[in-house]
Amino acid sequence: MSQELKLPELGDGIQKAVVAVWHYQVGDRIKAGDDVVEVVTDKAAFSVSAEQSGKLEQILVAQGQEAAIGQTLAVIA
Amino acid sequence: MYPCQLIDLGLIDYAQAYQFQKDCVQKVLNGEPQKLIFCEHPAVLTLGRMSKDSNFLWPKEEIQKENIKILPIDRGGEVTLHAPGQLVVYPIFNLNHYGKDLKAFLHRLEEVIINVLKDRGIEGRRIDGKTGVWVERDKIASLGVGVKKWISFHGLSLNVSNDLELYRMIRPCGMDIRMTSIMKKCNGHGAPLDIRTIMWHSFKAEFNLQEIE
Repeated sequence: MSQELKLPELGDGIQKAVVAVWHYQVGDRIKAGDDVVEVVTDKAAFSVSAEQSGKLEQILVAQGQEAAIGQTLAVIA
Repeated sequence: MYPCQLIDLGLIDYAQAYQFQKDCVQKVLNGEPQKLIFCEHPAVLTLGRMSKDSNFLWPKEEIQKENIKILPIDRGGEVTLHAPGQLVVYPIFNLNHYGKDLKAFLHRLEEVIINVLKDRGIEGRRIDGKTGVWVERDKIASLGVGVKKWISFHGLSLNVSNDLELYRMIRPCGMDIRMTSIMKKCNGHGAPLDIRTIMWHSFKAEFNLQEIE
C-alpha cells in the first residue's frame, strides 16, 4: 500500500514551508522512521520522516519550492 | 516538571559540538532526559538553510585566510557568527512536551534570553516579524533550530563578551543590522560564567525543567 508523505502541522500560524533538502532520490529504498526530506520555516529546519518502509516512487515538491501544510510531498510505495 | 541534564562543553570546535548534539538527539529519542548544552566556539561562520552568498561582505577566501571556517548546517535561518565569549546554547528538547509548535518554541527561547538580559538590567525586546532579541536597535541574540521527530537541536547564541568586530564580514541573519553584547551594554561587566547560571535558571523557569545529574 502506498504512503503519501505529507507536510505535517508545524504549529500555530505556520501555513507553509520550503523544501530545503531531499535526502533520497526517486527509486531509493526507505525504512520506516527515516528522515526523507527537510523543510524550513524561517528559523526552523524540520525533518519529515517516513511512517512505513518502501520505495520512493515520486517527489512532488522540488527542492526550493514551497508546500502548504497537509500537502503531499512525495509518494512511498 | 521535565528532567533535564545540563552539559557545559566549554570552548569546543563547532564540528565536535555538532556531533555531540546529534548523539544527544538520538539519546533523547531513545527516552533519555532532555539535555541543555552550553558551549562557546572558536570563530566560525555557520550557514543555515536560507543562506545566500550575498550576505557575505568579504570574499570567502579572505575569511578563510583569517582561519575562520564556513560551515553549511541543518538549521533554519541565515549566516551567523560564533566566537569565544559568545554563549551558545543547544536545547535538545522533546517538543511533544511543549505543544509541537515551532514558532512557540522560538518565542520561548526569546523569552529565556529576554529574562537573562533583564537580570543584568538590560531591556531586551523582540521586533515584529523577525526572530531574535534586540537591545534598542542592535541585535544581541540569534536563533536557529533544527527539529527531527520533534526533538530540537541547534538553538541560540547570546553575545556576552565576544569580539563584535568579526561581524563585519557578514550581514548577520541576512540583515543590515548592528550587533551588540552584554559586555558592551554593561560597560565591561557580564562575565560569561555568571551568564551561564542565569541562563540555566531562565531555561528552568520557561521550560519547566528539573535538573538531574
